[in-house]
Amino acid sequence: MTKYTTVSLPVTLHKRVEKLIAEKEGFKSVSDYVTYILREVVAMHETEKTPAPFTSKDVEVIKSRLKALGYI
Amino acid sequence: MVSVPHGGELVQLDVVDPLNDAFNGYDKSLMLPVSKETEATVLNIASGVLSPLTGFMGEEDCKTVLDSMRLSDDTPWSIPVLLHVASSFTPQVRDEIVLTDEGGSPLANLLIDERFKIDRKEYAEKVYGTSDPAHPGVARIFSSPDSVLAGRIRRFAARPGDPFSDVTLAPRETRVLFGEKSWRTIVAFQTRNPPHLSHEYVQKTALAFADGLFINPVLGKKKVGDFRDEVIVAAYKALIRNYYPQNCCVLSVLHYEMQYAGPREAIMHAIMRKNFGCTHIAIGRDHAGVGSYYRPYAAQEIFKEFPDLGITPLFFREFFYCRKCAGMANEKTCPHGEDDHLTISGTRLRELLDGGESPPKEVMRPEVASVIMSDPDPFVR
Repeated sequence: MTKYTTVSLPVTLHKRVEKLIAEKEGFKSVSDYVTYILREVVAMHETEKTPAPFTSKDVEVIKSRLKALGYI
Repeated sequence: MVSVPHGGELVQLDVVDPLNDAFNGYDKSLMLPVSKETEATVLNIASGVLSPLTGFMGEEDCKTVLDSMRLSDDTPWSIPVLLHVASSFTPQVRDEIVLTDEGGSPLANLLIDERFKIDRKEYAEKVYGTSDPAHPGVARIFSSPDSVLAGRIRRFAARPGDPFSDVTLAPRETRVLFGEKSWRTIVAFQTRNPPHLSHEYVQKTALAFADGLFINPVLGKKKVGDFRDEVIVAAYKALIRNYYPQNCCVLSVLHYEMQYAGPREAIMHAIMRKNFGCTHIAIGRDHAGVGSYYRPYAAQEIFKEFPDLGITPLFFREFFYCRKCAGMANEKTCPHGEDDHLTISGTRLRELLDGGESPPKEVMRPEVASVIMSDPDPFVR
């Protein structure tokens, strides 16, 4: 079961989000909306710091196989 | 730029010779023969297709995947990856076992982290949306033991003799290949059939704005009447040779057991193709569906729940040939009625091909039909 915690928002922002989601379909609550937006933003930042999955030596070995198979 | 691996890191486990000492000296009670389908899952874990998984899921991940379609660290994931074992298989937590293929050849070492039981009815209802045993995925889970082992795969034995090795690329290889081709946007196309013209139009529509197309047919367990794997690969080679510009398309197969889980499986298909480096995936009507268990576009709607998936779905309506339009169209582009549309059921198509009769060229390219008909036995019997 997913566990939840509490985050504080300014009341004014909470009201703006409530108004926004009342006009849109798809979000049941301010929490749903904030979770959605945060997942999007966090994923974007995580992507920026992802290391390269292999070394230049690995790449040469891979290229040799790709050539042998006719892919390049 | 190709997609970052799912979960941030591409899993690449050590691959060693099957004769390596790592697989020797084990008591028979620590050897676990697995099915070809589980063998494919082990291969997909080892090569990074299922990144960030490094083994079979534990209970916490299994629960969060079933309940909220996420791993316990919040990474999107829609179908548990489990190793079912008979309760008579006795190794316990912290034991290291050897998974073998059906012939007893070593496949991988697995360090057991956990042993638990699943509620198969709950699993079926959450993953497949039904507990109807007529659903092939439900039948599969009901016939599997409810006892499950979780653990990390430590070493993977090289698998010689795969007849499709010349068209099987691992994610690290496709990532390098896409880079060599200078592709920044790559659309994945999932398939389990030889190409019809409707498939080709989905692919070419996607290709119209992407740099490259990654055609990734699924090979593996089939139902009676399905096309054999060799036929699917040969048919795609014929299509690409005759109808695709050079340097815009990569064909590589994926060994994987279809689950027929509709929307949840569409998410898994996207995650696997993200790990290959694809930036987009084509999702059509009733993607990964079977029978009438899912709404026709349920597999498209589910993507709304994943703003952090990291691969962009491209949604397509079904293409067909319209006599009045004199070309391929779909319900969004064609104003004409069904009487003007040339459609043919999968069953009828098989009947034509099985009888040596080429389907209309508006349904299947003659070169593709010819490859299928030249095979002495194109179907699983």
